[in-house]
Amino acid sequence: MFVRAAFKTAAITYVLTALLAAPASQAAMPKIGAAAPDFALKSSSGKNLKLNEHRGEVVMINFWATWCAPCRQELPLLNRLHEQYRKAGFRLLGVNIDERPDAARAMAKNLGISFPVLFDSEKRVSRLYDVNAMPSTVLIDRDGKVRYIHLGYRAGYETRYEAQIRELLKQ
Amino acid sequence: MIWTRFVPILLCAVTLLAGCAGVKSYEREMLADPIMSFSRDPLSDQYLEHVYEVREGARGATTTQGGGCGCN
Amino acid sequence: MAVTDSGSLSISEPAVATLWPALLAALGMLISYTATAVVLPDDRTDLLYHYYDGGGVTVRGPAMLVRKSAGDNVSVSGRYYVDTVSSASIDVVTTASPYKDKREEFGVGVDYLHGNSLMQASVTSSKENDYLADTLSLNVSHDLFGGLTSLNLGFSQGQDVVQRVDTSFESDINRYSFSLGVSQVLSKSLLLGVGYEGIAEEGYLSNPYRSARILGASLPEQYPGTRDSQAVSVRAVKGFSSDQRPILSSVRAEYRYFRDNWGIRSNTLGVALQRYFGNRVLGEARYRYYQQSAATFYSDNFTSEMTYMARDKELSTFHSHSLGAKVTWYFLDRKYLFLDRMSLNFSHDYVNFDYQDFTDVRTGEPYSFGANVLQLYISAWY
Repeated sequence: MFVRAAFKTAAITYVLTALLAAPASQAAMPKIGAAAPDFALKSSSGKNLKLNEHRGEVVMINFWATWCAPCRQELPLLNRLHEQYRKAGFRLLGVNIDERPDAARAMAKNLGISFPVLFDSEKRVSRLYDVNAMPSTVLIDRDGKVRYIHLGYRAGYETRYEAQIRELLKQ
Repeated sequence: MIWTRFVPILLCAVTLLAGCAGVKSYEREMLADPIMSFSRDPLSDQYLEHVYEVREGARGATTTQGGGCGCN
Repeated sequence: MAVTDSGSLSISEPAVATLWPALLAALGMLISYTATAVVLPDDRTDLLYHYYDGGGVTVRGPAMLVRKSAGDNVSVSGRYYVDTVSSASIDVVTTASPYKDKREEFGVGVDYLHGNSLMQASVTSSKENDYLADTLSLNVSHDLFGGLTSLNLGFSQGQDVVQRVDTSFESDINRYSFSLGVSQVLSKSLLLGVGYEGIAEEGYLSNPYRSARILGASLPEQYPGTRDSQAVSVRAVKGFSSDQRPILSSVRAEYRYFRDNWGIRSNTLGVALQRYFGNRVLGEARYRYYQQSAATFYSDNFTSEMTYMARDKELSTFHSHSLGAKVTWYFLDRKYLFLDRMSLNFSHDYVNFDYQDFTDVRTGEPYSFGANVLQLYISAWY
């Protein structure tokens, strides 16, 4: 009958596209162990911030946007990590990708964000890092190498971040 | 009828179109806005759909999924 | 799910036969890998007051929807809806006297998020003094390709009890529905959706108060004991940006084709335009056109007795136009206590029904009427 045919076709299409999609949706982000691509962006303080200036420190780059709900959830937790480990040589850079930086500025102020917010409204750095999920978090060690990548945010991720930050700070 | 065969094919075609989309996660700003959704206020949309459904012969395949009293 | 009737239900399948496509779909869900997760629906509460006035009928009442997530994976929702009816409709005034009635509907639902799949279950119960309806719905949505494609499978089962206020008449209806949908992101500003829904009903499908006409005289209606219907829809939303904001307005268009085994064929076309005015106001303008052809056993005035006879205007040949507007005012657009955002909304839709083969017995002319539909509601997100 028609209904059964529709259900069957949908199920088969589904499995096929799922199988075909799996390789296609894998990220082409920087490889673990490779050097993190350098970039320079305007920051919330007005100055230009360059990634390589932070060589010798542990850097976390967090790609976020005002329109992304998990990003909004994550920001205050990242702020806490920034304030806690700053003195030990940890740098958190929030790369915002909103088309309008004003919206990002307002949200950062509202949430009391103290780490630098960099504005990537032209998506240059997002393309450079091939950001495949929102939010995306990249952890870079003191030698400028990419060590951990997190795609998306779920409650509890911040515990993982903290463990990884502490590990990289020890090196 | 021909169209009954058409629907499953249409569904396949739409899913396979996914490969062509090429929209990156950082380009999803517009799509995140409520005016880009099919139904931004479910309660209101369900009510209006109910107003039509009890007065018309047709039902189903709308964006809203109400409990349906299916009243006569 | 098996219905051992005289094979009249098109969704009557042995459970096992439908199990394997479901297993295939489940397998697909496990295999597909994406980098972006599906999210639970927004936590929100809506308080609505609705008002309908047209064709001698006034229906009004409150409605409420409350949704709250519990943790990261579970969301619970509750729904309450009331219709208070004052009816002096054409069916009523030409055969009986005006009446008042009240219908109450309760619903609860649970959403469970697992990886890239969202599973939803809900139960709805509707009650008025001569009609009871209970529905169970199950739905699975699955995201593919980083959320660019969303596949939706739904199933619902309903049981209605039909009564009369003046006699001890009682009968029932069993209803099954199956729906399938795909929504696809085509570009940064374009979204496409395709849907299908099949519904199968069996039982007492007419209205115990209504009568048919034969050569001017009244006689009870005779309806088939089953009704199978199918609907297919296509919809698209296109967004537009401006220099000032990444998204300024959107256009939404939808089309639905419906057919059932009662001979009804219908087309529905809808267009909606939404635009932001400043940061806090959102306006919407919408138009809907509906057209249907009559059921094979419908007649305004039968000339001889048939196996099935109906004079329900809902089964006649008619079309309707409706034009509406809605204004949304986000009077709270930043965090305050536990609230993220709040809006006040007002909408007005005017619907005009034009019947071709249903006459107003008082005048002998084809019947038509206009109705106003008003909604006033507050939404809060938290």
